Amino acid sequence: MKKVGVLVFPGSNCDYDAYYGVKKVLGQDAEFVWHKDKKLRYYDALVIPGGFSYGDYLRAGAIARFSPVMDSVVEYVEKGNPVIGICNGFQILVEMNLLPGALIPNDHLKFRCDDIHLKVINNESKFTTRFDKNEVIKMPIAHQSGNYYAEDDVIEELEQENRIVFKYCDRAGNITEDANPNGSIKNIAGILNKEGNVLGMMPHPERAMEPILQSTDGADIFKSLLEI
Amino acid sequence: MYKVEVIVTYKEGILNPEAKTINNALHSLDYKSIENVKSGKYFELTFPDDMDNSEVEKTTDEVCHKLLSNPVIEDYTFNINKEQE
Repeated sequence: MKKVGVLVFPGSNCDYDAYYGVKKVLGQDAEFVWHKDKKLRYYDALVIPGGFSYGDYLRAGAIARFSPVMDSVVEYVEKGNPVIGICNGFQILVEMNLLPGALIPNDHLKFRCDDIHLKVINNESKFTTRFDKNEVIKMPIAHQSGNYYAEDDVIEELEQENRIVFKYCDRAGNITEDANPNGSIKNIAGILNKEGNVLGMMPHPERAMEPILQSTDGADIFKSLLEI
Repeated sequence: MYKVEVIVTYKEGILNPEAKTINNALHSLDYKSIENVKSGKYFELTFPDDMDNSEVEKTTDEVCHKLLSNPVIEDYTFNINKEQE
């Protein structure tokens, strides 16, 4: 049985979804990790969940990076262990510089909560082995600051190193401006770090793990990651 | 007492939808002469009297870089004022 740690900050609100998904849907073990814990126990993977850690004060994700648990998270990442940051978790990862770029307010300024489609650009990452290359998958988004920005040379590097994992697309898989829900450069929805063990993504795979939720595509990300 | 005023704004070229919306609102209120609006964040830090100006400057610069701004997307400026209590 695999064991997943789910970080909990004041203001996290997708922590239970991730916990439930891993435990009840996948039948694996999951455990909450309080942000004030200094030491991490052994986990096969770590989830930095969505929500509004510290009320999104200053910038989304800006304060969470200084939580006591974060030094252990950096150590965990440096040892090559897998971390998935979802929505606010992605914002925290860019604020921590574990992923490049920044997530700025959506170009239309609205909070957008919707089912969207994603194209799997890289199916060789440890998070996406269950997908075909260019497969179109579906899951929800729910954010106001999901507009991925990075300088041109960073985007070029991400492309060259195949670190863009997901792009927003339409139902048919076309990567268009209309299918871009927040203004992200090149429709980027999820990226990897250089070593390939950290994934940040704005869409919510933990909310797409059962047929009743209209999609089980999110479960395949966790199944890839946990090799189950 | 030192009073340090910090202003953080988006870098040139980064879309600031909030400023754009404010600009549009001003135009719809008929303030057509306003060409452009910039918006940002304002912080006021205070330091005790017995610190050196250079120490205040160094600490402010450090916290601007580490926390108050995100250097990927934002620039910051600050003014240090020494005030009589």
